[in-house]
Amino acid sequence: MKILIKDGQLIDPSQEINEVRNLLLSDGKINGYPSDTKELEMDSSVQVIDASGKVVSPGFIDLHVHLREPGFEHKETIRTGCLAAAAGGFTSVVCMPNTNPVNDNASVTEYILLKARTEGVVNVFPVGAITKGQKGQALAEIGEMREAGCVAISDDGRPVMNSRVMRHAMEYAKAFELPVISHAEDLNLSSDGVMNDGFTSTILGLRGIPNASEEIIVARDITLGELTGTHLHIAHVSTAGAVRLIRDAKKRGVKVTGEATPHHFTLNDKAVLNYDTSTKVNPPIRSREDMEAIREGLKDGVLDIIATDHAPHTEDEKKVEFDLAPFGISGLETALPLALRLVEDRILTLTELIRKLTFNPAQIIIRSNRGTLKPGAPADVVIFDPNKTVKVDRDKFFSKGRNTPFHGWRLSGQILYTIVGGEIVFSA
Amino acid sequence: MVFEQKHILGLEELSSDEIRLILDTAESMKEVSERDVKKVPALKGVTVVNLFFEPSTRTRASFEIAEKRLSADVLNFTPTESSVVKGETLLDTARNLEAMGASVIVIRHSMSGAPWLLARELSSSIVNAGDGFHEHPSQALLDLFTVREIKKEISGLKIVIVGDILHSRVARSNIWGFIKLGAEVRVVGPPTMIPRDIEKVDVKVHYNIENALEGVDIVMMLRLQKERQESGLFPSLREYSRFYGLTRERLGLAKADVIVMHPGPINRGVELSSEVADDMHSVILNQVSNGIAVRMAMLYLVASGGGSG
Repeated sequence: MKILIKDGQLIDPSQEINEVRNLLLSDGKINGYPSDTKELEMDSSVQVIDASGKVVSPGFIDLHVHLREPGFEHKETIRTGCLAAAAGGFTSVVCMPNTNPVNDNASVTEYILLKARTEGVVNVFPVGAITKGQKGQALAEIGEMREAGCVAISDDGRPVMNSRVMRHAMEYAKAFELPVISHAEDLNLSSDGVMNDGFTSTILGLRGIPNASEEIIVARDITLGELTGTHLHIAHVSTAGAVRLIRDAKKRGVKVTGEATPHHFTLNDKAVLNYDTSTKVNPPIRSREDMEAIREGLKDGVLDIIATDHAPHTEDEKKVEFDLAPFGISGLETALPLALRLVEDRILTLTELIRKLTFNPAQIIIRSNRGTLKPGAPADVVIFDPNKTVKVDRDKFFSKGRNTPFHGWRLSGQILYTIVGGEIVFSA
Repeated sequence: MVFEQKHILGLEELSSDEIRLILDTAESMKEVSERDVKKVPALKGVTVVNLFFEPSTRTRASFEIAEKRLSADVLNFTPTESSVVKGETLLDTARNLEAMGASVIVIRHSMSGAPWLLARELSSSIVNAGDGFHEHPSQALLDLFTVREIKKEISGLKIVIVGDILHSRVARSNIWGFIKLGAEVRVVGPPTMIPRDIEKVDVKVHYNIENALEGVDIVMMLRLQKERQESGLFPSLREYSRFYGLTRERLGLAKADVIVMHPGPINRGVELSSEVADDMHSVILNQVSNGIAVRMAMLYLVASGGGSG
């Protein structure tokens, strides 16, 4: 099976390519860039896609999704999560361990990977828990999870509060060359907060989560990163102070990378003003100043990647009092058009944006030749039209999670084809 | 002027003209309450549900009397034991009541924003009888009404709100109301109980009660919830009362004709010394009877105004 993608604007930041080129995929791999395509076009076994005027890039890699399976299949399954990923242009997703049971041992990892192979349409890379049951006490069997296929460890959503445990986790992870992903939150300081602590929470009478709650743990984990030398990845950075801490740490040569989500670089906490629970997310949507700092961090490279923190919930779960609604935004299917606003606002060039969605996440976690269009690499490709206007319609989501604050927004950027291992898994 | 709001969710959403209209309407309602036959047919055939998720004797009773004086059909629903325990959601409970014909739902809930959920999802008019730490519009409107009755004009008055502003819906609603009607608003309390960035709504923040009382026309005391001590917001009732309790001596710093208000129930010897509590008794009772008139006005305006049409 061969696919010829003709006349597209090929953007591959891993090779600094940004020009009109043909791309040939064969046997599930990138074959090359044929300039003369006459023979291929005559060959009936070759599927030809006309990509003129469209962008062709490596498939996107989302380092932060919640696929909810096993345990919360009413919110999402590996199948629906993968379909949503494909619709959003993602060819690989990295899934967090807060399932039920928690992905804290090799058998759960194997279950997830089996499901992904049989029902998923994109590549699934699981993240193992740092501690057993995500309880923050005893280390999980990190080595065995690595053998089973985990690509990182994290206690996402239930961060390790005990600094000694975190130190040992970071030391231990080094033996298996696994990065540690930190959901940076001081749970005592967040307490029962439900939104950003500030003027808006004051007006709404909702309990606030202060910026310090994130920054204290970012500072702690950077310090532990210096102590242990382990690669630390800070998930969903939401505050100006956290951006500053990561910037300073990078300058000192600490092995730390940072991630921004579309909702944190698009919204500020005024979005919560009508108690819309689709805006309830952890870390919370912060002030305008924080949002600007995240954009700045993306621009100057402090924040290396864009990830969605895709956190699907059912409508019933979200249609309750703000205090009772679960945290999370369904993000896979709105990521590209929201990210393209960074290009429109001249924060990033299109190439820089694609780098943060492809090559950079691949470098952090998936130590393989993904996130690139180099010949021989897996044929994970996305074709999109950056200029086509789309209206976000949550009722058309592939994800079971319709919990998006962007419903009804008019945005630019439509995914046309998503190709995983040489197979078309989504076409518009 | 026609009242165009379908709901009364908070004073933040109301314009100063709308607030004045409610207060003016309450004056006519007060007149009804002073008649021998205290009843008008304004809401005849209208079903009003009092949906109280939090225990509240006074607010609920006041709404109920107001509804009955307007000839509404009244249903009291206190879902503490029945549906909530069985796991029914707020929305399902309210939808059931609407299906029974309720066209106005008066809701009291411990969580901020609960009335907004109903306003968004139901077709009834929603009246907020207090939500979490957010707003308590009927309390603030009756406070405004009482002050206006005594002082004639609210614009230019200086008011200080004392105590746990952070967890107070009464404070938030009164801040909006008094600012919109042109008063100068101060708040004072331990910094642990002053909400972030509150000065951005044009409120002056004090931590010292003597400074805050200087020259004010109105002192509004908030009830101190004793469980705030457990969450570490202040060390002891004794210390709180020493630094933030209202005594006759401290009250001397305010204007001679100062009014002291309290939404009740009072913790004697904590936020108020007993002597101050006794001195202010008349205003408190006045507030209670005004509360009925103000709630009649609110219900009348949402049920018969342009908005609900």
